[in-house]
Amino acid sequence: MSDLQETGVWRRLRARPSAVVAAAVLAVLALFALGAPLLSALEGQDPTTYHDSLIDSARGGVPLGPYGGIGADHWLGVEPGTGRDLFARLLYGARISLLVALGATVVQVLIGVTIGLAAGFGSRFVDTVLSRFTDVMVALPMLVFGVALTAVVPADFPRPLLLIIVIGLLSWGGTSRIVRAQTLSLKKLDYVAAARLGGSRPWRVARRELLPALAAPVITYAAILVPMNMVVEASLSFLGIGVRPPASSWGQMLSTATTWFRADPTYVLLPAACLFVTVLAFTVLGDALRTALDPRERSRLRVGTRGGSRGAERATTKGAAV
Amino acid sequence: MTAPLVEVTDLAITFPAGEGARPEDAVRAVDKLSFTLAPGRALGIVGESGSGKSTVAAALLDLHRGTGARVGGTVRVDGLDVLAAPEAELRRLRGGTAAMIFQDPLSSLDPYYAIGDQIAEVHRVHRPDASWRTARARAVEALDRVGIADAARRARSRPHEFSGGMRQRALIAMALACEPRLMIADEPTTALDVTVQAQILDLLHELRAETAMGLVLVTHDLGVVAGSVDEVLVMRAGRAVEHGPVGEVLSAPAAPYTKELLAAVPRVDAVRERPAIPAPRKAVRPAPSAAPAPGEPLVEATGLRREFGRRAARTTAVEEVSLTVRAGETLGLVGESGSGKTTLGRMLVRLLDPTAGTLRYRGREIGSLGERQLRPLRSELQMVFQDPASSLNPRRTIGESVADPLRAAGELDDAAIVRRARELLERVGLDPAWYHRYPHEFSGGQRQRVGIARALAPSPRLLVCDEPVSALDVTTQAQVMELLGELRRELGLSLVFIAHDLAVVRAVSDRVAVMRAGRIVEEGPVDTVYDHPQHPYTQGLLAAVPVLDPQVAADRRALRAVA
Amino acid sequence: MTGYALRRLGGALIVLFLLSVLVYLLFYVAPGDPARLACGPRCNAEQIRQVQDQLGLNEPLLTQYLHFLQGVVSGRDYSTGTGVLHCHAPCFGLSYQNDQPVTELLSARLPVTASLALGAMVLWLLLGVGTGLLSALRRGGTTERVLTVLTLTGTATPVFITGLLLLMIFCAYLQWLPFPTYVPLTEDPEQWAWNLLLPWTALALLESAKYARLTRSATLETLAEDHIRTFRAYGVRERTVIGRHALRGALPPVIALNAVDLGAMFGGAMLTETLFGLPGIGQLLVHSVRSVDLPVVVGAVLAIGAAVVLAGAVADVLYALADRRVTLT
Repeated sequence: MSDLQETGVWRRLRARPSAVVAAAVLAVLALFALGAPLLSALEGQDPTTYHDSLIDSARGGVPLGPYGGIGADHWLGVEPGTGRDLFARLLYGARISLLVALGATVVQVLIGVTIGLAAGFGSRFVDTVLSRFTDVMVALPMLVFGVALTAVVPADFPRPLLLIIVIGLLSWGGTSRIVRAQTLSLKKLDYVAAARLGGSRPWRVARRELLPALAAPVITYAAILVPMNMVVEASLSFLGIGVRPPASSWGQMLSTATTWFRADPTYVLLPAACLFVTVLAFTVLGDALRTALDPRERSRLRVGTRGGSRGAERATTKGAAV
Repeated sequence: MTAPLVEVTDLAITFPAGEGARPEDAVRAVDKLSFTLAPGRALGIVGESGSGKSTVAAALLDLHRGTGARVGGTVRVDGLDVLAAPEAELRRLRGGTAAMIFQDPLSSLDPYYAIGDQIAEVHRVHRPDASWRTARARAVEALDRVGIADAARRARSRPHEFSGGMRQRALIAMALACEPRLMIADEPTTALDVTVQAQILDLLHELRAETAMGLVLVTHDLGVVAGSVDEVLVMRAGRAVEHGPVGEVLSAPAAPYTKELLAAVPRVDAVRERPAIPAPRKAVRPAPSAAPAPGEPLVEATGLRREFGRRAARTTAVEEVSLTVRAGETLGLVGESGSGKTTLGRMLVRLLDPTAGTLRYRGREIGSLGERQLRPLRSELQMVFQDPASSLNPRRTIGESVADPLRAAGELDDAAIVRRARELLERVGLDPAWYHRYPHEFSGGQRQRVGIARALAPSPRLLVCDEPVSALDVTTQAQVMELLGELRRELGLSLVFIAHDLAVVRAVSDRVAVMRAGRIVEEGPVDTVYDHPQHPYTQGLLAAVPVLDPQVAADRRALRAVA
Repeated sequence: MTGYALRRLGGALIVLFLLSVLVYLLFYVAPGDPARLACGPRCNAEQIRQVQDQLGLNEPLLTQYLHFLQGVVSGRDYSTGTGVLHCHAPCFGLSYQNDQPVTELLSARLPVTASLALGAMVLWLLLGVGTGLLSALRRGGTTERVLTVLTLTGTATPVFITGLLLLMIFCAYLQWLPFPTYVPLTEDPEQWAWNLLLPWTALALLESAKYARLTRSATLETLAEDHIRTFRAYGVRERTVIGRHALRGALPPVIALNAVDLGAMFGGAMLTETLFGLPGIGQLLVHSVRSVDLPVVVGAVLAIGAAVVLAGAVADVLYALADRRVTLT
C-alpha cells in the first residue's frame, strides 16, 4: 500500500473529476445492492410476487397505467406479463450482476497470476507447456464457450456460482499473458540478478522482487476485467442461458424486454440504463486507474520521450462480447 | 565583419511542472545564455547531464514550439528571428538553412520507410519543384558523399538494416540533402563505439572543410570537441561558465568548474602510479574462508565459451577465452559493444552458465556447479552493474537493498543487519541516515554507490564491475573510480573492471585484456598494452580515442586520413 | 517470412487439435448421457441402448475420439436404422434434432454471418480509425474530450442495448427501417443491405469504440518517438508528419486487431444475430444449446474456435508484415 501512496496514485486519481464521479456512482450502486432487501421492504414490495391486477391481459400483459405502471406503490412500474415489481427486480438484479462480475474477476486474477508467474519464472519446459495452454484458453471464444458449457451443466446448479466459475475459468488468459510478459522483462533487470548474487533463493526473488512490481499492471488489468465480466454475464443472461427467472439480473430483464420494446419501452430503458451506467462507471474508473498507475502515459507529452512496447496493448485488447 | 550565422541573446527556457505537480516545480533549463557564431565556424557546447546543452540546441530551430516550454530572449539564425518566425519561415529554416542530427540514429529515422526515400522526402520539402526522381537521385548522391558504399542499392534499405555508424551517416546525409549553412549536432557520437565515433567526427570535419557550413556540436565529451570545433562554450545548470577558443579553454581554463571537469577526465596516455598490492588493512567483516595471499590466482578461466539461442539463431558471444584474475589485482576488460565483455563478466560471477570451458575459483571448478551447490560461494563473487537505475529495486529503500544479501544469508539478527547496512552506506560515502530513502531520490552517482555497498555486503573476494561509470557524468565518474580503488586496497579485493572507455580502464587497471568479437586479442600489463600495443585492433582502438589537445587531435586526424 | 508464417500456422493447428480434445471431453464425456439426449425424452431403456450402439458410445473413449477425428478428416457413415447415411468430410456428426449433418447446417448459415461481419467491419474501420486519428490530432482540445466520452460510451454499451435502442427508434418509433430479416445478397442486393443496416450499425458502434482507442493510443505513441522529432526538425509539415509517419506507425496493431475481430465475427455474432433474428452461425449455436443438440454445439464451437485461432495466426503474420522491425522467431 505504501507503494501506491508513494507514487502519488491516490492524488492523481482524486485530481480527475470523472474518476471521482464514477467512484461515487459505484459506491451508491454497491449500497443499493447490499441494501436490496431493506429498500424493497421500504417500498413495500418484493421481486417475485405476481400482480395480475396491474397488467392488461387483453393486450398480452402490458402494464396498466403510464410508463409501465409507475406509481406510488410501484416506484418504477411492474414487469409486463407478470406484474412483478420492477424496482425490487432491478435492485436484486444489481446484486447478481455485481457479484458475478467481481467474483469472476477474483477467479481470473488468481488463476492468471499463478499461471503467468509460473510460466515466466519457471524453466523453459514449464513455460512452453503453460504458454501453449494459455494460448488455447485465449483462443476459446469466451461467450461461445460459456454458452456451450451452460448447456451441459444440470439445471439445478446455482446460476450465479455457475456464471462465476464459467467466466472465471474461461478467461484468465489475458491476465496470465500480462503477468508472464512482465515477469520475463523484470527477470532481465539488474536488481533481480543482484538478488540472485546476494544469495536469494528463487522463491524469495519472486516474492520480494517480482510480485510487488506486478501489482500495478495486475490491478490495472483487473479494473478492465470487471466491466467486461459484467457485460459477459448480461450477455449470457440475455441469451437465456445465464440467470433465469424468477431470479433477476439486468441481462435477464433485457432478454425478456426484447419482446416488449414496442409496447412497454420503460421496461427496456430501465435495466439498459442501469447496465450502461455501471459498466461506464467501471470503465471510467479503470481508465483513470491505468493512467494514474502508468507514468508512461503522462511522460508522452514531453519532447523526445520514447514510447514503450506495443505488445502489452495487443494483449489487453481482446475481443469483446458481440 | 560579416553578419553572424547564429546570434543568441539572453536565451531562457523554462519547462513547466508536470500535470498534478506544483507550479514552483517548473524547471529553468537555460538561463540568460548569449553567444554568436560566425559563418563557417564551429562551436562546441559542453556540459554534464542536466546542464541544458541539448535544450539550447533544440531552441536554435525552436523545436520547443508547441511543447509548453517557455522560451525567452532572442535567437537569430542566418538573420531569421527564430522564436518569432511564422510557421512557413520556420519550416524553411528547419532543414533548409540549419539541419540537425541526433544522438540515437536508430530511433531518429522512421523504421517503416527506406532511408533513401526519407532523405528524398526532406529534400522535396525544401525543393518543392524537384520531382521524386531527382530527389531520390539527390538522396543517393548524399549517401554516397557520407561514405555509404553502394549507395544506390543501400538507399532502398530500411534503418534497422544499417549498423549504428551507417545510420548516423545516413542522418548526416539527410542533413546535407538541402545544403544547409549550419549543422546542429546533438551528441552525435555518444551512442557509437570509439572507432566509429572517430570516423563520424572525421566525416563532419571533412564536410565542413568542403561546404563551409557552420557547426554547433553539443556533447558531454571534452575529447570530442577538442578536435572538432573552433570555440567552446561550457555550460553548467543552464548557464554559460566559460566561452572561448578551444585551445585556450582546454589548456588554460579560467573557470574553476572547467578546471574541475578537465581534471576529472581520465587520460588514455597518462601513466598512473600504482602502489604495490598491499595486504588488506582491515576487513570490514572477516570472510568465511581464509584470505588468499596477494598474487595467488583467484579465478582461472580456460577455454570459456558462451552461446545464445538455439539451432539457426545461435550466436556465440564468448569464444575460447582464457584468463586469470589474481588476488588483489584489477583486471581491465575493454572492448567495443558486442565484443562479449559483459557476457564474460556475468559468467565469471556465474550469473550465466558457460556453454563450454572450465572456470575455477581458488582451484575449485565452479563453471558446472548447480544453483544449490553454488549458493555457499555466491557471497564471494559479486557484481556492480552498469545502469544504476535498473540495478536497484525502485520499490525498496536503499538500506533494504543493501541489507538484502545479509537477510538472505540469514546469519545475523535484524539489528545487526541494519547496523551493518548503515556501516556499508557510510563506507561508500553516503549518509547512513538515508537508509529509509528510495532510489529515485538519488542521483546516478549516489545510486551507483548504493550498488557498490550492496555488492560489498556479503564480503566478496571478487568484484566484477560491468561498465560501472559509463552512465555517469565525468566528475561523478572520477569519484566512483576513486572509491572503487580505495575499497580494493582496503579490503584486498580483486576487481574485474569492464568498460568500453579505454582511458577509464587505464586509470584503474593493473592488467588489461582487449576483447573483440568474443575473443581476447591482447592481454598484458596495462602500461605495456597501452604504450606498445601489439595487435592491430588495439592499435586502431587507441588511435581513435579522442584527445584533449586540439593540436594532437589534428595530427591524429591527419594520420587517420592517410591510413 | 514464409517460414515464420508456416510456423505460426503450425502452432495454430496444434492449438486447434488441443481445442478439439478439450471440447470433445467436455461435451461427450463429462456430464449427462448423449444417447438419452440423441434419442429424445420419450425413449425407453432398450431404445437408448440401440442409440448407444449406433453412435458407438460403448466403445472406449479413445476409439470414440478417433472416430470423431476420422469423421472430421475423411467423413463417416451412420446407420439410421433404415439405411446408412454418409456424412461427408469434414463431418462433425449429425444433429440430434433432424439427423442433418452438422457441416451442412453450418455452411448454410455462413453467408448470413459473413454478410454481417464484413459489412460491419467496413463501418467500424471507417468510424473507429477516423475517430481515433482525429482525437489524437486534437489532443487537449474540446474535440478530443467529446470523442473520448463518445468512445467510452461506445465501449460501455453492450451490443444488445445499442441494438434494442436502434430497433426502438428506427423500426418501432420512426418506422424508417423494416424489422431486419435476412435477404440473401444474390436475391436482392438492395434489400440485403437495407435489412442489415441496423445490425451493422449496432456492431460497428461497439467495435469502432475499441478501434478509436487503439488508433488514438498507437498514434500518440508513434508521435512521441524520436523519428517524428527528426521530420519536424527538417521542416516537414505537421500534416505530412502525421499522415505519412505517425499513421504508418499506428497501422500494425490496428491491422492485427482487425484480423482477430473478423475471425471472432465469422464465428458468429451471437448476441447480434439473436437480437435481430438473423439465422447465422451464432444463432444456430444458441438454439442448439437450448435444445441440447450436442453434435451441433460441438461442431459450432469447433468451427468458431478454428476461425478465431486461424485469425490469431493471420493477425500475427500481418503484424509482422506490417511492422518489419519485429524479430521473427
